[in-house]
Amino acid sequence: MAKHHVSFTINGDPTEILCETHATLLDVLRDELELTGTKEGCSTGDCGACSVTVDGRLVCSCLMLGVEANGKAIGTVEGLAKGDKLHVLQEKFLEHHALQCGICTPGFLVASKALLEKNPDPTETEVRYWLAGNLCRCTGYDKIVRAVMDAATVMRGA
Amino acid sequence: MRYEAPETLEAATALLAAEMGIARVLAGGTDLLVQMKTDMVDPALVVDLKRIGEMRTITKAVDGFHIGAAVSGAELKEQVELKQHWPGLVEAANLIGSTQIQGRATLGGNLCNASPAADSIPALIAANATVSIFGPKGRRQLAVEDVVLAPRKTALDKGEFVVSFHIPLRAKGMGDAYLRFIPRTEMDIAVVGAGIGLKTDPSGVITAARIGLGAVASRPLHVKAAGDALVGSKLDKAAVDKMVDAVRAACKPIDDKRGTIEFRIKVAGVIAARAAAIAYDRART
Amino acid sequence: MQETVKKLTPEPEYKIIGTRPQRPDGVDKVTGRARFGADHNLPGQLTGLVLRSPHPHANIRSIDVSAAMALPGVKAIVTRDDFKDQGSEFVPAGEMLINYRDVVRNVMARERALYEGHAVAAVAALSPSIAKAALKLIKVDYEILPHVLDVDEAMAPGAPILHPGMITAGMDPAPKRESNVAKRVEFALGDVAKGFAAADVIVERHFETKSVHQGYIEPHACLATVAEDGQADIWVSTQGHWIVRAHCARLLGMDISKIRVTATEIGGGFGGKTVVYLEPLALALSRKAGKPVKMTMSRDEVFRATGPTSGAKMRIKIGATKDGRIVACDGELKYLAGAFQGSPVAPGCMCAFAPYDVDHVKIVGYDVVSNRPKVAAYRAPGGPISGYAVESVIDELASKLKLDPIAFRLKNAARQGTKAAYGPKFGPVGLVESLQAAQSHDHWKAPLKVNQGRGIAAGFWFNIGGETTVSIALNEDGTLVLMAGTPDIGGLRASLCMMAAEELGIGMDAIRVTIADTQSLGYNFLTGGSRSTFSSGMGVVEASRSIVKQVCERAAKLWELPTDAIEYVDGSVRPAGANAGKHPPMTLKQVAAMAGKTGGPIVGSSSINAHGAAPSFGVHLCDVEVDPETGRTTIIRYTVIQDAGRAIHPAYVEGQYQGGAVQGIGWALNEEYVYGTDGKLQNAGFLDYRIPVASDLPMIDTVIVEVPNPAHPYGVRGIGETPIVPPMGAIANAITHATGLRFQSLPMSPPKVLAAIDAARAVGDVNFKLKVA
Repeated sequence: MAKHHVSFTINGDPTEILCETHATLLDVLRDELELTGTKEGCSTGDCGACSVTVDGRLVCSCLMLGVEANGKAIGTVEGLAKGDKLHVLQEKFLEHHALQCGICTPGFLVASKALLEKNPDPTETEVRYWLAGNLCRCTGYDKIVRAVMDAATVMRGA
Repeated sequence: MRYEAPETLEAATALLAAEMGIARVLAGGTDLLVQMKTDMVDPALVVDLKRIGEMRTITKAVDGFHIGAAVSGAELKEQVELKQHWPGLVEAANLIGSTQIQGRATLGGNLCNASPAADSIPALIAANATVSIFGPKGRRQLAVEDVVLAPRKTALDKGEFVVSFHIPLRAKGMGDAYLRFIPRTEMDIAVVGAGIGLKTDPSGVITAARIGLGAVASRPLHVKAAGDALVGSKLDKAAVDKMVDAVRAACKPIDDKRGTIEFRIKVAGVIAARAAAIAYDRART
Repeated sequence: MQETVKKLTPEPEYKIIGTRPQRPDGVDKVTGRARFGADHNLPGQLTGLVLRSPHPHANIRSIDVSAAMALPGVKAIVTRDDFKDQGSEFVPAGEMLINYRDVVRNVMARERALYEGHAVAAVAALSPSIAKAALKLIKVDYEILPHVLDVDEAMAPGAPILHPGMITAGMDPAPKRESNVAKRVEFALGDVAKGFAAADVIVERHFETKSVHQGYIEPHACLATVAEDGQADIWVSTQGHWIVRAHCARLLGMDISKIRVTATEIGGGFGGKTVVYLEPLALALSRKAGKPVKMTMSRDEVFRATGPTSGAKMRIKIGATKDGRIVACDGELKYLAGAFQGSPVAPGCMCAFAPYDVDHVKIVGYDVVSNRPKVAAYRAPGGPISGYAVESVIDELASKLKLDPIAFRLKNAARQGTKAAYGPKFGPVGLVESLQAAQSHDHWKAPLKVNQGRGIAAGFWFNIGGETTVSIALNEDGTLVLMAGTPDIGGLRASLCMMAAEELGIGMDAIRVTIADTQSLGYNFLTGGSRSTFSSGMGVVEASRSIVKQVCERAAKLWELPTDAIEYVDGSVRPAGANAGKHPPMTLKQVAAMAGKTGGPIVGSSSINAHGAAPSFGVHLCDVEVDPETGRTTIIRYTVIQDAGRAIHPAYVEGQYQGGAVQGIGWALNEEYVYGTDGKLQNAGFLDYRIPVASDLPMIDTVIVEVPNPAHPYGVRGIGETPIVPPMGAIANAITHATGLRFQSLPMSPPKVLAAIDAARAVGDVNFKLKVA
């Protein structure tokens, strides 16, 4: 099976890989690059655990071929913290106890970051609809929504 | 499986036409990758159309909007002018899946996946959209309601693909809306969907109406009789009732895990009436 | 913010218990560092995949793996021939029992495939694509048999029999004929005939619920490696790694000591990860191939082949006097067990009437097999099903008696001293307090709009204790390492760390908590039955007190004082009583530094069978709005009120309340296994198995009631399971009050509700009250 030479950036770092045609971006991240922070919950785009950004757009990495990533800028949960400083969203998820098992957390964080970059002052309803593609079976979403709203307040400098 | 990402329409057609095995075009991939993952299809060739300029752009011309078939839902939503003209269409496109799906899913894919329940198709029907198709014999146009023939079956010939959608400009007194019924608030496939495009005269009388329905038959429907039922009215109860009857008469749904026949027929009328009210409001403002 | 904690007894002066610190595993989980089941890899590992039966019921005449084995890159294949048959023996798995005869057949079909998705063979290959190709080359000769899915059809004479020769247990005399009814259970108190004779009003209704899945977001995953000398390692996402070890040792004929199991971070379980599926296959493949084997289920496999909970049909009859006293309860529950016996019908029976103090109770349950995946525990297994039926009847009785539903429940509520129909007398329990909290809550008094309705329901769960080992080691610098063995599924490490810090009078930062592997700690029963904070918490307290005692002994030795002349206060030892002030206090750090000279390392440990687990009662309030034209129900407002005994970390208690309520909302409104007439599951994915999404829900308000459990040093009760018991009843009752119609079948999905609305309109039902705007 021919492999494709694919180059892109991950969280700003230039990366090159050889990728099988049918491999998804999720496969590439987890299996080739060992960036296992991005999770696989369904591989059919229904759970959001594999959320990443591609050129700033929020997508399910399970629904994109690795070869399509050529030349793109990929953002994953591993890129949220800068050095030893957590992102405000990460701090707020901890402060509000917005996770139980934590498997959906990376996807929620990446999706929430994409939301706040686009809409720094979302209503609760906007947060809920934006995150509707991220399934959480533990929390009932309550504390997640609170954490995102609070992070938005802090990030606005309010 | 071979992956190609041509940069011209001609190159894409040549690849698709030459493939002896199963060939699939890839735009957003939100249906194709699921089908590949679940072994519904095992293509020998995948042709990524996203490097073809015309397929990735939205232009506004005197005759209307030309929307590239590989423009994502998220990009569509950011087109302020399109949203002002056809809010119902943009809303329909944005109901396809989650925010994540919106980052990739396209109008072209939603149409060519040929699901009877595709959200954008009834709204495109309501907006009187046509598609521009490119293939080995060159370019041709088709009304959007004529593209899907049956579940997973389109009017496209081998080597053909949808390049763009053409949607007329909204004239004064026009309005559109799309509503669907799903059990949850998000993430479901439409159990029924209804898109309505209306034209009213300055007094508020409806002079033209187009009604598209999804998930109530083996393909999305343009229900002419339902639209005609509204013409000449100011969306009074009698006209709406007549429209609802026409909608329900056109429904030929199935019982499945998403809904029953009775439910779909009943709710198609309810949703169409609600969508008509929104479209009428938009037409009047 | 509507989160409150109601302290009902004077609060001891705690420094840490009851606060809301960050969890020890938090940073790992927000940075993507935390490693879950599928995040572990070994060099040279193979990919394992499972071939599953496409048929719901078939004899397996033969399996030919020769073509698959010949495919380059295929390293091992296992089938039924690789697993020794097991005798019938029941062992505990959480709150359920499992039988090794059935387990060996469930992990790999033997004589028959008993459900669509039943494992038939497993392959280990160099890559996923080779493994996938190999599966297609395995030839299985099936003789297709008629299948049965419905509980009544499975019980009917002439039904296709899943297990030839199965005779219903618990019947006297034993039936002569084989059937799909594995077991009959009965719980009784008093004389129901006498009770009903005293009733002024009797309501008897039939109910149905569908199979629903736990729906954890992380699919099952494991990585196994077996060395040539038989020593094995397995990393697995599980609720109980000692249980995995025991099952694997049994199924593979290995010594327990040969298998080390490491529990990875676990991405949700809710009871569904208390049993084994992939683990024995991965070990068997690795043993055969001589290489590590990693196996991960797809979401489709999770739905088709792992345990949902039972669907059921039920009859519930309750009688009360005019003044609102319940005089008799009678019920019959028929639970689907899936392909092998072991539905949670017994706990379903035991929970059904537990919230009420009734003299005359009888409830009979049937455990019925059918061609569905074998059920696994799901949060309060059995309880939500019967609870939904009972709370619906209670609500109808209250309406018929024109009594306020809270007042009616208060009048009959179980309290300290109440004898439950299933046997025990309750100690201090918090149902009355929870009902009172509901009564005084804003939610109960808030106005409702047109087409809205409010429902209430109570719920109960036993909670368990069980075998537990905890170890705490004092490090040279005065910090501590705490090892527990109950997998942390939602904040356990935080709670354990808090209890240790409270006991030792130090900051949580000084303690690092680990969930130890099976080689590093003594036996632990699994995380289930809401036992971990209770049981491992007891262990932590005992181990901490042992550290304190040893520290005092070391100081006593150093100061040449009797041990009882030493006291330990706020992380330091000092002479007490007559000797007070004789020596300056020594911190834990100072004692630790001298541990070598004063007798060696200081380790506190606790190996217990934790007794005294106490039940937790809860009360849920729910407001809904029903669309009169589509039958769609929207949850407008929701409040969970529950007795926690004592909330160690209130935020995680609230999280359990909220999460359980939302799982219940899904169960009530949309979740169900949908089968075709071909016996195949039609909605094996999150697209059509519709768990609630964020936009479906309001904030979930909570009230933590605290009636301490006297058997626990901090008063802890298990709290994780009760929250899923009341939602279906509360929502059904809310829909009833919105529509005027009763729904006796779950889920109350839009087609079902709209059909009922249309029927009510057609007949001019006087109770019907929805209005079209």
